Amino acid sequence: MKMIESLFVKLGLVSTGLEKRKTVTFGDASSVEAGRFWSCLSVLTLALAWYLGSALELVNPIFWPSPMAVWDQFVSISSEGYRNFSLWEHIWASLYRILVGFGLGCLVGIPLGFAMGLSKLMRGWFDPIVEFFRPIPPLAFIPLVIIWSGIGERSKIMLLFFAALWIMVIAARAGVGSVKLNKIHAAYSLGASKRQILQHVILPNSLPEIFTGMRVAMGVCWGTVVAAELVAAESGVGYMIMVASKFLSTDIVVLGVIIVGAIGYGIDILMRKLEAKLIPWKGKA
Amino acid sequence: MSELLVNDVSMIFDTPDGGQVEALRNVSFNLKQGELLSVLGPSGCGKSTLLNIVAGFLAPTDGTVSNGSTELHGPGADRGMVFQQGALFEWLTVAENIGFGLTMKGRPKEEIAGVVDHLLQTVGLQDFGDKPIYELSGGMQQRVALARCLANDPDIILMDEPLGALDALTREKMQSLVLKLWKETGKTIILITHSVEEALFLGERLFVMAPRPGRIQKEYQLPFADEGLTKDPREIKASQEFIAKREEVLSMIWEMEEEIMGGAEAVGA
Repeated sequence: MKMIESLFVKLGLVSTGLEKRKTVTFGDASSVEAGRFWSCLSVLTLALAWYLGSALELVNPIFWPSPMAVWDQFVSISSEGYRNFSLWEHIWASLYRILVGFGLGCLVGIPLGFAMGLSKLMRGWFDPIVEFFRPIPPLAFIPLVIIWSGIGERSKIMLLFFAALWIMVIAARAGVGSVKLNKIHAAYSLGASKRQILQHVILPNSLPEIFTGMRVAMGVCWGTVVAAELVAAESGVGYMIMVASKFLSTDIVVLGVIIVGAIGYGIDILMRKLEAKLIPWKGKA
Repeated sequence: MSELLVNDVSMIFDTPDGGQVEALRNVSFNLKQGELLSVLGPSGCGKSTLLNIVAGFLAPTDGTVSNGSTELHGPGADRGMVFQQGALFEWLTVAENIGFGLTMKGRPKEEIAGVVDHLLQTVGLQDFGDKPIYELSGGMQQRVALARCLANDPDIILMDEPLGALDALTREKMQSLVLKLWKETGKTIILITHSVEEALFLGERLFVMAPRPGRIQKEYQLPFADEGLTKDPREIKASQEFIAKREEVLSMIWEMEEEIMGGAEAVGA
């Protein structure tokens, strides 16, 4: 009995404690729980609809493959590979581009954002540049980077660097701006030097904003790398999808799409876990 | 022995609409080592400006501030600050917050640990050294702020409404703690407050400031802080003498407020 009850609580079907006694729930955001039961149900419904749709031959497999066909492709590609590369090499190719491009974007963007947050001259100088490039979708630069560096790794990394750079500049600048003057004053009165204040007050204080920026940038980079590989590449998940589409191998296309979604989801979960671990004070100050 | 000398300090600045604000006019006073001064006044009387000038965060348009024979320009570790709230470092533990100043000075770890342990005892947080700041109540956070300031051993402690964000009960307890620390450490303290009762109870000396231009309207010498070290604070606050002083100061501030409000109404009409 107890076990069933706790399972129901976990699934969000039964509320506990004070939650149970609340008479006003509509509009009270704190009483809207995760609703795990409904999450499970929605995934199962989708899976069932997909299965039935193909089992009853409601859709032409050229437009949408059966789950079994996608699974078979997954098994065969992960053992035999696709187009000279194993599945893992395709995935790694995409991830590697992101990690390098995103990493470079952080490496340049964060110090630049800090400089813009701390100096009138730097802010004035770089503001028009940042504000001009920020709204341009990174994909608009694909033709340019291909002209500059071909379709190899360099052009992808350059593109992703661009995608991450502006996001990180703005995040770091916002982080510096969020420091309460009280904290800075307190640090000066405790005898800290400018350098120490930068390192021990401004930097840790801006970590929440920087991390939010990193999450956004990671998402944008993942989207951009797949799109860039769709245009021109020799490996990567996007490349897999592009080649498969030319042969009307919808099962491989869908497999690629699922992999893209799963990895994007995974990256975000990882970033959120990391955030909770590294910045436990976020939102509690 | 150091003495704080505020000599003929004035502060005038331009406002965006082309006007001028005279935040302080010819403010002078000396504060001997170990004196506790509370500063009271309606909003706009320049008490925060005065504190910021002494702290070194603002430079006065005229006049000087000196600690002993040293004229002060800019903030320094000789003047510790305690703010109302939000000045602690959330990314550090309670102990790390208290040891911040000594860590910045590069003191050896054992020495810092010793000072921090002693101060944790002093402010009654001995079991909270490893806790993160955001898990502490408002009153406890202010205890950390006091300890962090004391760890640095400043000559003068500047408090900007340090108890302003606390509930009434916690506030009373903290007032006693401030008195205790004042007695034990012999520090010079300037305390800015909105509460008449707090200003009377804690201030060995009390300035009542008036606005437009910001100036010291009246100075009091008060016995209550000394009494508070031995007697029950509630008893002191209920005494005839205390109540009489409170009424006197309150009506003075009411008059100033009415002047301000009256002026505003005249402008409105």
